[in-house]
Amino acid sequence: MKKASIIMIIGSLLLLGLFKFPLWNIMLGAPQYPEPLGMNIYIDGIEGVEEFDLQNIDGLNHYIGMKTIPKPDEMWEFSVFPKVVLTMVILGVIIGIFGYLEKINYKLFLGWFLLMSVLGILGMYDFNNWLIDYGSNLDPNAIIKITNPDGTPMSYKPPLLGFQKLLNFDVTSLPHIGGYLMFIGMFLTLIAFWMGRKASLRQTKA
Amino acid sequence: MKNILKSTLFLGLLVAFTSCNNSGKSGGNGALSNNIAEKVYVAPGEHDSHYAFISGGYSGNLTVYGLPSGRMFKEIPVFSQFPTNGYGYSEETKPMLETSYGFIPWDDSHHPDISQTNGELDGRWVFINGNNTPRIARVSLRSFETEEIIEVPNSAGNHSSSFITENTEYVVAGTRFSVPVPQRDMPIKDYKGNFKGALTFISVDPEHGHMDIKFQVLMPGFNYDLSHPGRGKSHGWFFFTTYNTEEANTLLEVNASQNDKDFIAAINWKKIEEYVNNGGGTMMPANYAHNLLDEATHIVTSTMKKEVRVVNPSEVPGAVYLLPTPKSPHGCDVDPSGEYIVGNGKLSANLTVHSFTKMLDAIENEKFAGDAYGIPILNFEDVLAGSVEQPGLGPLHTEFDGKGNAYTTFFISSEVVKWKLGTWEVIDRKPTYYSVGHLTIPGGNSRKPFGKYMFAMNKITKDRYLPVGPEMEHSAQLYDISGDKMELLLDFPTHGEPHYAAAIPAEIIKENSLKFYKLADNKHPHKATNEGETKVVRDGKNVHVYMTLIRSHFAPDNIEGVKVGDKVYFHITNLEQDFDVPHGFAIIGANNAELLIAPGQTRTLTWEPKQVGVWPFYCTDFCSALHQEMQGYVRVSPKDSNIELSWSLGDDI
Repeated sequence: MKKASIIMIIGSLLLLGLFKFPLWNIMLGAPQYPEPLGMNIYIDGIEGVEEFDLQNIDGLNHYIGMKTIPKPDEMWEFSVFPKVVLTMVILGVIIGIFGYLEKINYKLFLGWFLLMSVLGILGMYDFNNWLIDYGSNLDPNAIIKITNPDGTPMSYKPPLLGFQKLLNFDVTSLPHIGGYLMFIGMFLTLIAFWMGRKASLRQTKA
Repeated sequence: MKNILKSTLFLGLLVAFTSCNNSGKSGGNGALSNNIAEKVYVAPGEHDSHYAFISGGYSGNLTVYGLPSGRMFKEIPVFSQFPTNGYGYSEETKPMLETSYGFIPWDDSHHPDISQTNGELDGRWVFINGNNTPRIARVSLRSFETEEIIEVPNSAGNHSSSFITENTEYVVAGTRFSVPVPQRDMPIKDYKGNFKGALTFISVDPEHGHMDIKFQVLMPGFNYDLSHPGRGKSHGWFFFTTYNTEEANTLLEVNASQNDKDFIAAINWKKIEEYVNNGGGTMMPANYAHNLLDEATHIVTSTMKKEVRVVNPSEVPGAVYLLPTPKSPHGCDVDPSGEYIVGNGKLSANLTVHSFTKMLDAIENEKFAGDAYGIPILNFEDVLAGSVEQPGLGPLHTEFDGKGNAYTTFFISSEVVKWKLGTWEVIDRKPTYYSVGHLTIPGGNSRKPFGKYMFAMNKITKDRYLPVGPEMEHSAQLYDISGDKMELLLDFPTHGEPHYAAAIPAEIIKENSLKFYKLADNKHPHKATNEGETKVVRDGKNVHVYMTLIRSHFAPDNIEGVKVGDKVYFHITNLEQDFDVPHGFAIIGANNAELLIAPGQTRTLTWEPKQVGVWPFYCTDFCSALHQEMQGYVRVSPKDSNIELSWSLGDDI
């Protein structure tokens, strides 16, 4: 149980990576952008991969009537997400410590994992909603208007995960370092649960 | 039998002619000749391995080429106005062409040379001389823009320039024409003994590259033709070829070709520098312009300087010597080790090579043949390292491959001859088409030549390309010199008179190349860094428009209240922060040029409206899908109109 608890603590602490590294990354390449433009999505705001990428993305997006990329104070998520993540880290560490002191049951490790998963899925759902709004809620005076074959206005929603072609742009959307650290952390808490369970079974047998 | 012999002979002759023709057209024979195209082929999207900076000669510019493709990438305006981007027309850049004679919008640019550290190319700047109105320019290899021009007083025909010492301590500006110093009204026939040749040493600030005339050596009234710095063991010395040591003043083609030997002047600049640092030399009244670009404000400031320090060589014993060199030497080239000084006597049958070691030895032992105006003349035999016997006709310039070989151009026999240093034997010769002047090996003027390519710059083009009337661009020819034999690879046209060139491996500079100017660093006094800062201000008859550009509109795009007789200053800032997105600005009836404004830069164009009406302006550089919509109007009212200044953007939507 001691080992499992240590892994639980490490796993939770890995979420702190989200305060330093981007959660997600979206790259936009095009023939006239051989060095793609890119944005890194952090839990507290969006930044360009290169210094002027956001300005240049906004400059291009005005042709299709997209809103500018939101500043941190323009979205409630950017103030709430850090609090949620920090809470989960603290909660995870506390659970781990109590586990180490054998004060709690290993099943709480799984509880933490399930809670985090639910929150994560909610976050993804919210993020995807924002992408839909960003990509389809367009200025009616937009310079370039393209419709789908069925007559509906084309959406410029970037993919949540993976690759998509949007007009002349190749858009790739993937988790970034912070996101990977979070996934590893969550996976570790799952391992902690499994090890805790094993240790508990052994104890029961003995 | 006789017939067979005849036909064999005939066939032999035919083969000889054919193969000669082949070697001329494709540069080689046999199976290997058919991969020449591959050697210069740079596939779409691929980069060349070398930059070549080829002087534009009488275009006053510097052109940037890629090797081995021979593609031209850019024309950098230096001494000439350039309507393509408004250099020399915009208010910010006009001061760059100021001189003591006023605004001079043209010059004859000759010899580019790349800055060095420890005798190796460092790729920070290119220096180039203006030949006609003596000037030296410094071009940044970060922005590829002319950043500084300094005028050279007491000089005329600034030809033996602009070569630099091996740590870029000095760039020299040697006068081709000797003139009265100081200039005065005097009979031309009294030239001899009265005219002087100024050899100017311009110091270069090691960090910023800023130039300043440290001293001028006032030499006898010869013609100082070309020069090269010593390097390695001869670092600290500078060598200048001379002609007209006869000091003739008329019909020079005859009168300056009388002496069997002219001189190479060897200047120990370290010795003179020490003398000057200890207060030596005299300050002399002078009047010359120093024009400097401030990268933060994007503005050139021109300052007139009022004095210059001159040194009479007889004041500094042991600093200047004359090396007799046959028959009006033109090129003056020092090999990478610094030991050999090649003096190409253009009327001589042989190529003369002097030895630096022997020169020092002769000086040590005071073996002098006499003196000229107090300057010791050494004995020809005492300094001669050797000569290349009858290599061709009309030797001009020599470069080195760093492998012990030298390559000399022959103007009259139109060829490049490869020969070996030390043994003086001819190894190879290849024809050029036609009448070759300079040749360049990347790093040729350094301790470390990159001896893979050599290109020759020819003066006469004739039938090399499709005919385009009597006047043609000149031609350059690229040779592969990596093997024992030279191989002609490519023939490409160059702009103006490609006088000389400097070349460098691309990786030394391409990573440092600027992609755009940071708007946040723009300190231009008339900048507008966002559309909120745009405005129009009247100051008497002057109207200042603070305008911005971004894909795809001007801000403001409608301006009213301008009157006939006003002078309108369009101060335009390009708000883009993206690589290669300049915007243009042109307005009907402007008596100058357009502007091309780099991202993050501010430029000013003046416009004096002369007719009442509503006049359009537009973007000239195709910037986006809506480039054609990037336009605006200025309403011009009569002189006595009382319409107030107003401006707008997007109000009617």
